[in-house]
Amino acid sequence: MIAFTLNGAPASTDAAPFAPLSDTLRESLGLTGTKVGCEAGDCGACTVLIDGAQACACLVPTAQAEGAAITTIEADHPVLARLRAAFLAHAAAQCGICTPGMIMAAADLLLRDAVPDAQAVRDAIGGVLCRCTGYQKIVEAVLAAAQGFTPVEQEAPAGEAVGASLARLDGWPKVLGTERYGADATPADALWLRVVRSPHASARFTLGDIDAARARHGLHAILTAADVPGLNGFGIMPALKDQPVLADGFVRYRGEAVLALVGERSAVEAVRDADLPITWQPLPALIGVEAARAEGAPLLHDHAPGNILVQGRLARGNPDAVHATAAATAEGAFTTSFVEHAYIEPEAGHAIPREDGMDIIACTQAPYMDREEVARVLGIAEDAVRIIPSACGGGFGGKLDVSVQPLLAVAARRVNRPVRVTYSRTESMASSTKRHPAQMHATMSADADGNFLAYTLEGDFNTGAYASWGPTVANRVPVHAAGPYRVPHVRAQARAVHTNEPPSGAFRGFGVPQAAIATEALVDDLALQLGHDRWAIRRRNALGRGDVTHSGQVLQASAGLPDCLDALKPEWDAMLAKVEAHNADNPRHRLGAGIACMWYGCGNTSMSNPSRMRAVLARDGRLTLFNGAVDIGQGSTTVIAQIFADALGLPVHSIDFVLGDTALTHDAGKTSASRQTFVSGRAAMETGRALRARILALANAGEDARLSLTGTTLTVTDGVGAARTIDLAALPADLDAEGRYDPPTTALDADGQGIPYATYGFAAQIALVRVDTQLGTVKVEEIVAAQDVGRAINPDLVLGQIHGGIAQGLGLALMEEYIPGRTENLHDYLIPTAGDVPPIRVHLIEDPEPEGPYGAKGVGEPALVPTAPAILGAIRHATGVRIDRVPVLPHRLWEAMR
Amino acid sequence: MIRYHRPTTLTEALSIRAGEDVAILAGATDIYPAAANRRAWGDPTHKDVLDITAIPGLRGVTESAHGWRLGCLVTWSDIARADLPRQFDGLRQAARQVGGQQVQNRGTLLGNLVTASPAGDGIPNLLALNAHVEVAGRDGTRMLPVADFLTGYRATALAPDEIAVALHIPKLPRAVSGFRKLGARHYLVISIAMVAAVIDIDENGRILMARLAIGACSATAQRLPGLEAELRGTSLYHADKVPEARHLDHLSPIDDIRASGAYRREAALRLLRDLLWDLGE
Repeated sequence: MIAFTLNGAPASTDAAPFAPLSDTLRESLGLTGTKVGCEAGDCGACTVLIDGAQACACLVPTAQAEGAAITTIEADHPVLARLRAAFLAHAAAQCGICTPGMIMAAADLLLRDAVPDAQAVRDAIGGVLCRCTGYQKIVEAVLAAAQGFTPVEQEAPAGEAVGASLARLDGWPKVLGTERYGADATPADALWLRVVRSPHASARFTLGDIDAARARHGLHAILTAADVPGLNGFGIMPALKDQPVLADGFVRYRGEAVLALVGERSAVEAVRDADLPITWQPLPALIGVEAARAEGAPLLHDHAPGNILVQGRLARGNPDAVHATAAATAEGAFTTSFVEHAYIEPEAGHAIPREDGMDIIACTQAPYMDREEVARVLGIAEDAVRIIPSACGGGFGGKLDVSVQPLLAVAARRVNRPVRVTYSRTESMASSTKRHPAQMHATMSADADGNFLAYTLEGDFNTGAYASWGPTVANRVPVHAAGPYRVPHVRAQARAVHTNEPPSGAFRGFGVPQAAIATEALVDDLALQLGHDRWAIRRRNALGRGDVTHSGQVLQASAGLPDCLDALKPEWDAMLAKVEAHNADNPRHRLGAGIACMWYGCGNTSMSNPSRMRAVLARDGRLTLFNGAVDIGQGSTTVIAQIFADALGLPVHSIDFVLGDTALTHDAGKTSASRQTFVSGRAAMETGRALRARILALANAGEDARLSLTGTTLTVTDGVGAARTIDLAALPADLDAEGRYDPPTTALDADGQGIPYATYGFAAQIALVRVDTQLGTVKVEEIVAAQDVGRAINPDLVLGQIHGGIAQGLGLALMEEYIPGRTENLHDYLIPTAGDVPPIRVHLIEDPEPEGPYGAKGVGEPALVPTAPAILGAIRHATGVRIDRVPVLPHRLWEAMR
Repeated sequence: MIRYHRPTTLTEALSIRAGEDVAILAGATDIYPAAANRRAWGDPTHKDVLDITAIPGLRGVTESAHGWRLGCLVTWSDIARADLPRQFDGLRQAARQVGGQQVQNRGTLLGNLVTASPAGDGIPNLLALNAHVEVAGRDGTRMLPVADFLTGYRATALAPDEIAVALHIPKLPRAVSGFRKLGARHYLVISIAMVAAVIDIDENGRILMARLAIGACSATAQRLPGLEAELRGTSLYHADKVPEARHLDHLSPIDDIRASGAYRREAALRLLRDLLWDLGE
């Protein structure tokens, strides 16, 4: 036995001495508040205090806990209490998976230094990665906690929720460590599953005597492709289920699932892949789109001739002729890399077999799509599958595709017991989808006054081994590629190309961030050629209300890019002045300012993507919103509740929730495409209005009546102050109501003309960077963002999305590059730390969208899009070098400057 | 099943070490990431473990007339907080730049040396400090200069029955010291290149002796003997003008995911000049 003090009380464990303390806390002692993100000390999610000093519990042998005082997020301590409250009040927890580690790292600091400055806070939390917040809110929260911050419980009166920065309604469990993510709260009798994955990018394989291997290793089952009872395939596109649950004799990328081992944990974890009867025959791999498009290249899929899965296209006017005669023309070739979502929660979940079906509890962004996929794989009816999303520790598009779900379902069906799985960090990175690497050639031209005339883009997007969201990227890019500008002549073509690399899927922006890197560089080129200010040329061409987009859509409303740019103008001028003054006598460390704009269509491209909500005011006085939208940290649970509450006319804190459970809630679509506030929010507004209408009818009251609910007594007070009460308990049935919304779009024709989206987000950002021209290093000093969000339903949550998007955009620009086999962990694959994200200032522009709830539209993806091009523009301003490849690692900038 | 030894005497530890091929574990900050990496691609096996953290006397920084002894359980945070003179400034700077504070609190300086990664942040400093490694075996202890202890890429002169128990660092009362690390992000970053210097000066700032070392630019960190010789006798205040590319000719930087070899060579020279400029300030 190993004995120690745990959160102030004696504890002991018979866990293996070499078991990491994180594992012992979670699996032996039941304290799942300590999260595991990497098992390598790279992410800090498992940070605990050992004798008062922060440590990664994943790097501590349980044996070394002997005699020590261990403090975890579950501890009762006044410093922790202050931190929890401050994190909640400052919106410092989004998905919450890093929050326990952050709070413990901050506690380590505050116990040593009661009045730290911001730099000390960053140093203290520098070892904990957060992928959601951009860290600014976290630093603010820790400083507030140090000052003894005791927040007031925020409540918005009836009718005043929209526009209020309420603390997130699902926040307490995140700061307490009681939130249940995919790897938490698994059934005690669950068997464990481990996936055996291909070490080869392309190979054939044969299997030997699997049953003998099963027996030899003491496993309950070794699953192969032959064990999949239904279709051995999944994928996003309705008619293209091209990715096998378990490969059938042939693998197309390193990390592809080959076998699933199921058994007791110790047995599953003891198996060496080399001892399994798999005979590999490695084949030449197609790495990169050139190889895949080369004459005679082997085909990955019969349905993709030339390895081209799909090509998206938009054409308008005659851009080639206009390029040839324009006063100024810029062109360039641009390359981006695979980018990993790096959510701090690796994929995890469990399955529980039912007599008549299957329950899957796992982290996801798309429960209804998961249900379809699992049902198809099992060969059973969709309504026999129930998806109960666990809390989701970050998604960013990477948890839209199924991962663990079909494997768990097949395994649980086979062994007829609950089965659990948690991916390792490396497994998560090797197997999951990525942002598409893009190779783009683009040309843009303008007249002598700086009016944009024509734009062309040809892009190859490396969609990897399987389709995933490749078609979505190929279709979304042409619509957005020419940028949020009036450009009369456009041709944009984007191909999704198969390679023997990880499937590229959905990642915040669906290809638009890549295209923006090319386009915004060309805009800067044109400004340079014509002698225009970079802000001015954008302002001159910015799409606004009444303008026609490249797909021929008239922007009738909510097109606030001109307002965004106007908001930034004084800061842009100040930034330019600062750069000029600094660079006059600093030849080595040079400042640079950059600017970029973006637009982003909210919701699916030219496709129906409805959300449906339901609410019940029960006879017992409980008001419940059945909300199928999955909150992956962005805040939809809170925002949708605020909308619903105001539409109904009752305070937000009177609402109970049933969230994203396919057996209990209607389909609110996927948490993707910046659609939950806009689409599900509108459905929630309709639901609130419908329920309100029923109540008003019962009370025979007018539209301006005020509602209040006390116990089972609902009071309806009309405009002149006359009150009627309804005793809910006396009603014959609960009051229920539903609302639905599907944004109006039209199909795109062969030239990409039509109405692909009901509304667009717009934004502009400016960035200030400091470049060490000798070393090629870049430090982003400041970013100012202006974003048209229609209406900020919850301004703090909106800021959180913008901060987090900027942090990811910074990573895209400067450090993130996934290379299969080489950057499969979080020390070789770098994402920004608390020391890398600069101070961010935000101007929220509210040009209301009539289709959106209270004028709101999507926020999540737009913030990321302009960041990388603004940083690249700033680097160019500092160095004179146009960047055509990201990430701009120091050696690349150094080489470009030579 | 992995056997886990946690002896309470050095004698016992040496006996276990001599008896079987064990992984020596102290701060554990290298062992677990390596194990996780192997496990992810299907190799869950691990050597038996010899945890030396329960052995008394291996912790702590002690001063004698000649120098300091840093026990093998001294962590980065111990160094950052210890009351040590200026010759340790570089090491102290490294101690604050390794990993995050979690790793600094657990990881040991000597473990960093024994892992012998080309990018080990402690190693250039130990070379510049002219540190010696105290190695215990069943027949007693021996002392090796760090340069001899390191025999190649992730390889050391530690025999299979030995344990490195301490570092010894000679005193240089007037010496100044510094460290520069280059990486692609702020915290939690593996070095692209790094330089360390310990420079002994007279009261006028004239260099009596300079020891400089560069990490992440060769299979093991390297001293710069040519440059050190040229610096001797020059003024510290102009030392940054002395380094030339030729002083780095014996390095062999490689292309990898973090940088190109050509860049590393140039960056190392720049870091060196910057560091000497800083020390001359």
